[in-house]
Amino acid sequence: MNVVVLLKQVPDTETKIRISGDGKSIDTSDIKWIMNPYDEYAVEAALRLQGSAGAKVTILSMGPERVVESIRTALAMGADQGVLVDDPGTEGSDALGKAQVLAAALRSLEFDLVFCGHRAVDDDENQVGIMVAELLGIPHLGLAVSVEIEDGKVKIQRPIEGARVTLEGVLPALVTFGGAHAVWNPRYASLPGIMKAKKKPLETKTIADLGLAPEDVGVQAAKVKVTAMELPAERQAGRKLEGETADKAKELVRLLHEEAKVI
Amino acid sequence: MAQGVCVITEFREGAFRRVSFEIASEGRRLADELGEPLVAIALGESIGDLAADLGNYGVEKVYLVDAPNLKDYRAETYVPVAAEIIGKLDPKVILTPASVDGKDFSARLAARLGAGLATDCTELKVEGGSLKAKRPMYAGKAFAWYEWADGTWPQMASCRPNVMDCLAPDSAKKAEVEKPEVEVAEGNKTQVVKVEKDAGGKLDLTEAEIIISGGRGMKGPENFAMLEELASLLGAAVGASRSAVDSGWRPHADQVGQTGKVVTPNLYIACGISGAIQHLAGMSSSKYIVAVNKDPEAPIFTKADYGIVEDLFQFLPTFIEEVKTLKSTC
Ligand SMILES: Cc1cc2nc3c(=O)[nH]c(=O)nc-3n(C[C@H](O)[C@H](O)[C@H](O)COP(=O)(O)OP(=O)(O)OC[C@H]3O[C@@H](n4cnc5c(N)ncnc54)[C@H](O)[C@@H]3O)c2cc1C
Ligand SMILES: Nc1ncnc2c1ncn2[C@@H]1O[C@H](COP(=O)(O)O)[C@@H](O)[C@H]1O
Repeated sequence: MNVVVLLKQVPDTETKIRISGDGKSIDTSDIKWIMNPYDEYAVEAALRLQGSAGAKVTILSMGPERVVESIRTALAMGADQGVLVDDPGTEGSDALGKAQVLAAALRSLEFDLVFCGHRAVDDDENQVGIMVAELLGIPHLGLAVSVEIEDGKVKIQRPIEGARVTLEGVLPALVTFGGAHAVWNPRYASLPGIMKAKKKPLETKTIADLGLAPEDVGVQAAKVKVTAMELPAERQAGRKLEGETADKAKELVRLLHEEAKVI
Repeated sequence: MAQGVCVITEFREGAFRRVSFEIASEGRRLADELGEPLVAIALGESIGDLAADLGNYGVEKVYLVDAPNLKDYRAETYVPVAAEIIGKLDPKVILTPASVDGKDFSARLAARLGAGLATDCTELKVEGGSLKAKRPMYAGKAFAWYEWADGTWPQMASCRPNVMDCLAPDSAKKAEVEKPEVEVAEGNKTQVVKVEKDAGGKLDLTEAEIIISGGRGMKGPENFAMLEELASLLGAAVGASRSAVDSGWRPHADQVGQTGKVVTPNLYIACGISGAIQHLAGMSSSKYIVAVNKDPEAPIFTKADYGIVEDLFQFLPTFIEEVKTLKSTC
């Protein structure tokens, strides 16, 4: 069985976001980059299949050279090989453009399952993985908090508002991962893992290698683009209530009821 | 020539979900600005006469596909039906719900249509006959304005629930209902095996008007009973910090923050939560924030409208009694 994990590198969640001089992107000068947390859950799920079913795990990413570090991290966790599509022509791609590149790369790989995050915690697009599935003409199962593979089928549980849905799909299929750190508990890279990762195959490709023409990707092909960014209004610290417990409790109820009118 | 605004509703268990009325209302506003019609596509099972009621929110015409095979949402059955109707309608703008299923559906539909999609929008406007959409990024640490390339239709936006204003429904206005002849696929690549409802009709965090959240300061799972009690008094949902979830005290679906749910309730009460940047990202857009924390330096106080510097085990029981008094008098 072959599992390909789509991995995006994103700013560390600790990052305080600042807007760059062009007014439509973020200032990346001091950013520490990490593997998108939901993609990390996807890597973990793939590695469990490697353990239980001998799956071969390939990491696929699109982005600049710095992404090699995150791919190496996944290889150190135990993935078998990596592919990075690194091409300045992809810059300014919208979600569909990114999906087109990833789908083209997937066509040159063998896969029974594609695992990815349900969203990348930078742009929060919630789209790319599902679009890849549509472009490849395979089913997708979204927001998995559990995954089981049996008899050529994949079964997931997905939480929706007020309920939990069990969804089953035939392979090949794409699964997007939800849940939390507590659900997936992704493994750390061990020291021997880190040593081994250095020798694992990591291939870099351009869009020409994937058979895509320059006008098919990047900013020229984008249907939708960011034209401005802004920061939310800075929240002012309000007041701290004073007095004995009983006074504070009474005052808080009064404020919420009469001033804020929310209870 | 592309024309008009089309909203795609969400129907579950015998009723349209509220976000459907929100996008219909928003769609009405955009259609008026464009000077073009507003139509809806309603997919589901046993919608029947309810379809015409979308007219209450300004929808002129509803394309209704009511079929047993559309009972539970599956991209495999929903997307081809919607895409076929859209293909004939050729709308300029498509609005969808950014609910769990809505986001899933929107991405697949956009890929099928080759359309640009802005997810989870909080504000929409029309400029020069084209859509502009504002949406949060980095879980709300920043906002971006999206615009579509010249003359690319349809322009798709999914709308965050609980944000867009709902029109006051006018029950006298009914929409014309057409049942287009489209085939609903059997769908043999995916199956909904079961749908299990959350116990006690639990309110979803993303839809709650009031959220009471607990963090590591709650000390243990048993103490969340206090928050549950307060929540039931206020009709609120209970959330948690990642520390509380990682400790196994609360289910992961309750996690608020950059890698959990991003919430915008009217009132957010944080109990024993320090206010790490990832947590703040998920709740800073709440209308009012209350923090209960014994550490006066906790960063949560920089975002709180009302701060209570006290041991929560001392404060909450008294506060709960005060809330009971309020509820018994009004
Ligand atoms: C990749 C990544 C993603 C993350 N995503 C999220 C996320 O989505 N959501 C999230 O919440 N966190 C997230 N975090 C974790 C985040 O960094 C913090 O560790 C976490 O939010 C802390 O939770 P806490 O406030 O409950 O605990 P703590 O930081 O330990 O704070 C506990 C607070 O309780 C107070 N307290 C203790 N006892 C009492 C008492 N008796 N009465 C009153 N107050 C008391 C203390 O003063 C303290 O301020 C993420 C971290 C990483 C690395
Ligand atoms: N540049 C990329 N390279 C590899 N995978 C990506 C990329 N962008 C998005 N993805 C995948 O698609 C998922 C959803 O991303 P998004 O639609 O951007 O929120 C991510 O969690 C990744 O698994």
